[in-house]
Amino acid sequence: MIREFGGSDIVYLIEAARWTLLLALTATVGGGLLGIVVAVLRVIPFRPLNWLAIAWINLIQGTPLLGQLFVFFFGLPLVGLSVDAWTAAALSLSIYASAFFGEIWRGSLQSVSQRQWEAGAALGLTYAQRLSHVVLPQAIRISIAPTVGFLVQLVKNTSLTALIGFVELTRASQIISGATFAPLPVYLTAAVIYFVICFSLSQLARMLERRLHVAR
Amino acid sequence: MSYNFKFDVLLRYIPEIAQGVVLTLQFSVITMVCGLAIGLVVAMASISPLMPLRACARIYVEALRNTPLLVQLFIVFFGLPSIGIRLGANTAALIALSINMGAYGAEILRAGFESVRQSQVEAGRSLGLTAGQTFRHVVLFQAVKTIYPALASQFVLVMLATSVVSSIGATELFHQAAFIDSRTYRSFETYTLITISYLVLTLGFRAFFAGIYWLVFVRRPRR
Repeated sequence: MIREFGGSDIVYLIEAARWTLLLALTATVGGGLLGIVVAVLRVIPFRPLNWLAIAWINLIQGTPLLGQLFVFFFGLPLVGLSVDAWTAAALSLSIYASAFFGEIWRGSLQSVSQRQWEAGAALGLTYAQRLSHVVLPQAIRISIAPTVGFLVQLVKNTSLTALIGFVELTRASQIISGATFAPLPVYLTAAVIYFVICFSLSQLARMLERRLHVAR
Repeated sequence: MSYNFKFDVLLRYIPEIAQGVVLTLQFSVITMVCGLAIGLVVAMASISPLMPLRACARIYVEALRNTPLLVQLFIVFFGLPSIGIRLGANTAALIALSINMGAYGAEILRAGFESVRQSQVEAGRSLGLTAGQTFRHVVLFQAVKTIYPALASQFVLVMLATSVVSSIGATELFHQAAFIDSRTYRSFETYTLITISYLVLTLGFRAFFAGIYWLVFVRRPRR
């Protein structure tokens, strides 16, 4: 039965966008925690661990997210873990995000001038005190804007999980498009919803960049 | 439950994988060339003194950069036929990829234009160079040096992004994976192998671009 693309479909799309946001949020939390580990491994003065982090970053940033998604989706059941599309999506997006967060935060840490460490030492602070009271507050401020900027990539990339059947905004659009035979308005509506989310994040990142930069 | 990995059944499909690599490279190169051509026009518009042109460029860049490539691809492939534009999968894929790359290319090129200081142009002119000579000998080299790293990493990003177009049936490396998967029923091995192929491509190209950078911009005597 073919029906018209109407208001109820738009409501359905907006509801599906919740899954897009929830997935992006999950990947932000999961990827954030892993990203801290990656950033720390990348900077601590022990070469083999640095190499491990570099290998991780290269592996993740050097392969397509779609490939990672498929490897998880088809691979995990083979080691006995039954995965639904949500688990595969959340895991692979978290791992994907960890490489980028790791690099963003390493950059932020290293962009705090070496003299700040020395100044802390001159004041008689311990390593931990220098890190937590002098360096981290500055690094965190530097990292906020690029971190928010990366969230745009993350939201956009959740669309790929449609291809393993996870019902988020893009998959919902495919479903409605199949029912209404009106792909153009359906996908344009989806694009508008993505745009509203991502543009808000981009503007937020830009605003933070300007504000935190001026404040320095 | 233990799983027997059988990568050896994939050996038979090495010609398919090699073909997929070639196709992916074709997609990447065509996308980069067309995307940079679009990007050049948009970048010129974005620094033009005419407000409407600047606004159009801004809207183009923001719209394309804040929506997923996959949705853009679906609009071109599934959406356009309803207004009478019917495209093959490969054509639709190349159009969507190029339009998408155009937005990123515009930003890279604009940054390149803006990075060359006006005083460099004035210096060139005051040495008696014509506008054309100043552009060729003074501006161009510096601008290209500035944007080269961004272009190199964009090429790798484009290469990875092409995997998405397999979803509409465009033939590239990831599409070959689906083909091999359907023949062997070895999904996990197939997608692992294909993903590793991308890694090899990525690392290879990063090394290649770094080598070119060193040859052209580092080793070269000052000019």
